Amino acid sequence: MRVLGFRLPGMSSLILWGLVWEAVGRSGLTFFLPPLSEVFATFFAIVGTAPFQKALSETAQAFLAGVFSAVAIGIPVGILMGKNRLVDELLLPWVNIFLSAPLTALVPVLMVLFGFGLKSIIITTGLFAVWIIILNARAGVMQINRSLVEMARCFGATPWAAFSKVYFWAALPEILGGVRIGVIRAVKGVIIGQLLISIVGFGALFELYSANFLMSHFWAVLVVLFALAFAVSEALAALERRVSFYAAKR
Amino acid sequence: MRGDAGADATVPAAAVSARNVSKNYGEVEALRDLSLDFPRGQLTSLLGPSGCGKTTLLKIIAGLLEPTAGEVEVNGRPVTGPGPDRSFVFQDFALLPWASVLRNVAFGLELRGVAMSEREAIAEKYIRNVGLAGFEKSYPHELSGGMRQRVGLARALAVDSEVLLMDEPFSAVDEQTRRKFQEDLLGLVAGENKTFLFVTHSIEEAVYVSDQVAILLPRPSRVSEVIRPRGLRTKNVDDIRRDPEYLDIVDRIWASLRSYVE
Ligand SMILES: Nc1ncnc2c1ncn2[C@@H]1O[C@H](COP(=O)(O)OP(=O)(O)O)[C@@H](O)[C@H]1O
Ligand SMILES: [Mg+2]
Repeated sequence: MRVLGFRLPGMSSLILWGLVWEAVGRSGLTFFLPPLSEVFATFFAIVGTAPFQKALSETAQAFLAGVFSAVAIGIPVGILMGKNRLVDELLLPWVNIFLSAPLTALVPVLMVLFGFGLKSIIITTGLFAVWIIILNARAGVMQINRSLVEMARCFGATPWAAFSKVYFWAALPEILGGVRIGVIRAVKGVIIGQLLISIVGFGALFELYSANFLMSHFWAVLVVLFALAFAVSEALAALERRVSFYAAKR
Repeated sequence: MRGDAGADATVPAAAVSARNVSKNYGEVEALRDLSLDFPRGQLTSLLGPSGCGKTTLLKIIAGLLEPTAGEVEVNGRPVTGPGPDRSFVFQDFALLPWASVLRNVAFGLELRGVAMSEREAIAEKYIRNVGLAGFEKSYPHELSGGMRQRVGLARALAVDSEVLLMDEPFSAVDEQTRRKFQEDLLGLVAGENKTFLFVTHSIEEAVYVSDQVAILLPRPSRVSEVIRPRGLRTKNVDDIRRDPEYLDIVDRIWASLRSYVE
């Protein structure tokens, strides 16, 4: 967008919304919403504290481990389903059920099965992410040009070579799209898991802050989480754009 | 089988032979009891209307499809699957869009486990041979259709197989490029000691490039006639299209195919 001949960088409108927030906060309309400046001040005050650092590292651990397992399981399973009718028939109904299932309802069960700790949160995170990654990898493989597959066979590709040199790359744009959506879901998973278990990571912090009506602390943590999730998603989108040049030309 | 194939004592032994090959796709009978020999070191065209089973026959020979009945032999050994003695040039090129020209041309060798430096040296040679020097680092989407097909051809040549299977390789390129390709193909057949199997639906193209033209009739397809132009291969490439024998054969093929049009 251009204003008075100046090109505004993307998302400049956030500044406007920040001002609105500040104004509403200062008007003292509700204790629930402190001014944005206070939220930022609180953020800088708590960012170095031990509880915040602990919450951040626990969340990062759970998130990375969950996403890593979802990707490591989801991509090969999806590719296998796309290649093999039998595997596809066996797994597709489950993938579709879990994709649309309210996974939040499963978290208490996971807590019973895997305890009230990091393990349950990692599994929750993975469960939120993995289904869409599977479905997208499968869709990516199913749209592969038949003659690329025949070309690989014709020149004597072993199954592993066909997988790693043809199928994976041909499906990469769809796979990355799936990973991006999966990662966004994983952010939800890691937070929901922590909130329900609420003795780990940001769940514990939220519990602490909201129980004590520390609203600016609460908002500071929330803004951090939103910003992190957004940054992760944008980074993946940028990666996706790098491979889309050939996706369009297949 | 009519034609003068059997009468010609100078026909080399068959590198590839299809014996009583039938192929059904469920209800659809694509090929019925088709037999044909492909002489070593020569170019044989499969000519016939669309949907008559040319691609099917080529893929059976490539080992990509199983025949319903009958068998194919390459150098006397029955075909059970794809093998290093055959390579394929695809109608839609089948290039890896994420790989450079160099990697695409070297891909057949890559799959065979040839070391990087060696396969790139071989690929560079064939890239030069097909006239694409300077485009090694380009990607397929940056090339024209004709150039992409040259990449597909170079890839098939680079693995140095005895038999080259080409499925309507020139159908997706413009007319000028096509003519240039046909001339280059004559040079290849003369220069490389390979057996070429060439699918086309163009009568002129088939007569121009072939040592032997096999005419397939519509489904269920068998060989209706094999024609071997005698004098054309010794002619200058520029004179072939004016040669009386060329014009005669084109007419003769048209006469036998016209009844199947419509
Ligand atoms: N995978 C398939 N399944 C069913 N029918 C097929 C399949 N492939 C080809 N056919 C049919 O077999 C016939 C021959 O096909 P094809 O070999 O591609 O012919 P051509 O290459 O001569 O145009 C066509 O009628 C086509 O519809
Ligand atoms: Mg065809």
